[in-house]
This record gives sequence, structure tokens and C-alpha cells, in this order.
Amino acid sequence: LGAEHRLATAPQLDSCRASARNLAMSGYDRAITVFSPDGHLFQVEYALEAVRKGTTTVGVRGKDCVILAVEKRATPKLQDPRTIRKILTVDNDIALAFAGLNADARVLVDKTRIECQSYRLNVEDNPTVDYVARFIARTQQKYTHRGGVRPFGISTLLGGFNTDGVPELYQTDPAGTYYAWKATAIGKNSKSVVDFLEKKYVEDLEEGPALRLALKALLEVTEASGKNIEVVIVRKSGLGWMTEDELDPLLKELDDTADKISKLKETK
Amino acid sequence: PFWLKCAEGTPTQFAKSSLTRLLAVNLRASPHKMGTEAMFAVKGKDFVIIAADAMTAFSVMKLKDDYDKIWEVEGKLFAASGPSADASNFMEFIEKNINLHTLRTGLKLSTKASANYTRNELAQSLRKKGSYQTDLLIGGVDADGPKLYFMDYMGSSESVNKAAHGYGAMFTFGLMDRYWKPDMELEEAKDIIRKC
Repeated sequence: LGAEHRLATAPQLDSCRASARNLAMSGYDRAITVFSPDGHLFQVEYALEAVRKGTTTVGVRGKDCVILAVEKRATPKLQDPRTIRKILTVDNDIALAFAGLNADARVLVDKTRIECQSYRLNVEDNPTVDYVARFIARTQQKYTHRGGVRPFGISTLLGGFNTDGVPELYQTDPAGTYYAWKATAIGKNSKSVVDFLEKKYVEDLEEGPALRLALKALLEVTEASGKNIEVVIVRKSGLGWMTEDELDPLLKELDDTADKISKLKETK
Repeated sequence: PFWLKCAEGTPTQFAKSSLTRLLAVNLRASPHKMGTEAMFAVKGKDFVIIAADAMTAFSVMKLKDDYDKIWEVEGKLFAASGPSADASNFMEFIEKNINLHTLRTGLKLSTKASANYTRNELAQSLRKKGSYQTDLLIGGVDADGPKLYFMDYMGSSESVNKAAHGYGAMFTFGLMDRYWKPDMELEEAKDIIRKC
């Protein structure tokens, strides 16, 4: 993501944020350490805006698995698709998916990987997903608290298992808060995806249904093709990436765009 | 700057998110004892076999006779001899760093790379904070074949066909020289180890 995601002064705000623009123009968005008169930290909010423009990412927690599914932006023809990894391993059994600035994610994930190994070195035990989420949130918050730095422009979804065998899904955001979720989405059009999940989520899903739910939710806002979607299934035994061959037939089955279009035509 | 570093830390530093390890470092170089421990290894046609004794003692008392001195790190075997404090502290550190590398890059280090990384850590610590009194045998199988490394506490490292550490080495080198041949099968190699 390049120059269109400037988080510094005078960003291009659209007209429905006119009130924010007035305040911003008066200079309260320059340094992140400055509160605005009505209690906003503008840099943090702009970082959240960067997240909202990032690729859609869905997480679903099942009975004994966590599904992370992300939309992959179409790779340019000359680019090697293997170099684009949107879901990263942070520890042996913990996967991280993000929405927002790719470079910020790389740096934050590197810090987190070091922290996980440091934890293992000192305590000789796996860090829990909760610990890792708290660490990421703490790091993101630190960057809202000092002068001369900007917040990380990413929200993350962490999926993993604790030693007691319970799956967990956590979200962090640029403000430095973290939440545990049963199912959620971040990035572009996340609101419609979350609405879909709220309607369709059921407790204690098995792996198959959980996977279908996550994919269906993602398909609400993404094109159904194995090239566009990356999926990781986090199991107690470790992480499993779905190959394009496994994904394509499943997506074809779940893709109901044709039905939706025909329904629309009927109502017309 | 990209590797985890050992740093002497005061208790307050433990809380820092940068990697620190609480190490009480004895800067007086202690003489390296050859040790009553024995370990040997031979390289076969597509495998490496490493054996190490299972005793750990405190002064004249045998604490354990089932102590595993062979560490498994990303598919490579590290046999570490010496005082168990040095061996385990050093090997834990190496293990976590190698795991970090795999997580960061998505690729496993080759045996040669792992061995070289390990010897660098030994060589650096020798001149900075005092040595880890641990001799190592490192074995692994990569795409280009099996590899065995003989490494000592000063950081010397050699790729070899057969190796041994400890007083036992004095007796077993002759045996290994006599019976080892290139491209051995597993049973032949096991036989040599049994003889050792």
C-alpha cells in the first residue's frame, strides 16, 4: 500500500466526515500525542481508516478449530504469487491474519515472533493466544503514546489453541485494544460480513460447517475463486493451509452469486 | 540485530519485551573438563546416528541415569555434553533461535547452516562472557545428503564422517576408524555404535 494511505497531516477525507475535517484542519491530527478538544486521537482513528481499506479478513471459532480466511488482492500478471502471504505463523500453533498496511504487519509480526520465542525460552511453555494478543495490543498501544511515531495501520485476527485444547480467536486494532470473538471480520466491507456472521453463527461448529460459514461470509464481499482467497485451518495438531485445488470446488459449491442475480431479476 | 541475543539482565529487565535471559555468568574461565560423558556419532548413506550416555551427576552422586542429552531442533539432532547447566542453557537458546528463523522465513535451516550458526554463538560467547563448556555433535539429513558436525566448546566445527566426545572418544576413535566405511546401511552403523 503506497502513497494513498498517508496517515500524516491533511488526509483526503470524504464529505460525510466534514465535522472531522474541520477539527483536523485546526491541527489536532498532527502529532498522535495530542488529544482533540472532543477527546479524539485522530491518528489512531486515521489508522483505523487504513484498516477499513484493507483486504477483508474473516475469523470463525468452531468447537475444535479456528478458521481464518482472507481475501487476496489480485496479483499483477508478472508477480510471483507465492511471495504474497497474508496469513502468517506467529508461533507453532498460532496464526495471524491482518487487514491494513502490509509493511506494518510484517514489522509487528516479527516483534511478536520474537516475543513468542522469548516466552518459550524463559518459561518453557507455549504462550497462550490471549498472551500473544495482549502483547500485540500492548505494542500497538505503545505507538499511540509516544511522539515521533505513528500507530501501526493494522488490525489483526489471531487464531490458535491453548494447552488445554480450547480454540481461541482474538482481534487487536491500532488503538491497542484486544477482544475475543466467536466470529468476526475486519477490513473492507467488514460490516456486511459481520452482519452475515451474526445471523448465521451457531455455537460449537464442527470443522466442516465452520469452514463453510467462514467462506460463505467472505463470499458476501469477495469473488469466488481460489486465486482470491487464502484459508488457514488452525487445529490442535497445528496449522493447515488449504490449497487452491481444495478450495476451488468448495467455493464453487458455496457461490450463490448466480442465484442472487436470478432472484434480483425475478423481483424486478 | 536479527538474532535473539543473550544479555546479562537485572530482574527489572526481565519485563522488557526485548529478549533477555537471566543468566548468572561466571566470567572466570573454568577449565574445560573432558568429562566422564561419552557421545559418538557416525554418518551412513542417508542417515546420521548419534548416541550419548544418559548419566548426569552432581559431584560424586549420580542424579539421573536416563537423562537425554540429544536435542531435536527442526529435524536436526544436537548432542550436547558438559555441565548440564551450560548444555541446557546453550541448547535452549539455540533451539529457540532456530525456531524463530523457521517462523520468520518459512524455511528450515540446513544442517550446515544450523551448525555454523551454533559455532558462531559459541565463538562469540567465548570472547565476551566466558565459554559454554559444552561440546556438541550435530547431525542432520538435507536434500544433498546426511551431514555430521563435530563441534567443541571453543567453537571449532568440522564436517566429519565419524566423531566422538569425552574420555570415551580415546577408545572409540580407533574402533570407528577400523570399521567405518562410506555409504553404510543402518544395521552396519548400529553395529559400530554397539561396539563403541
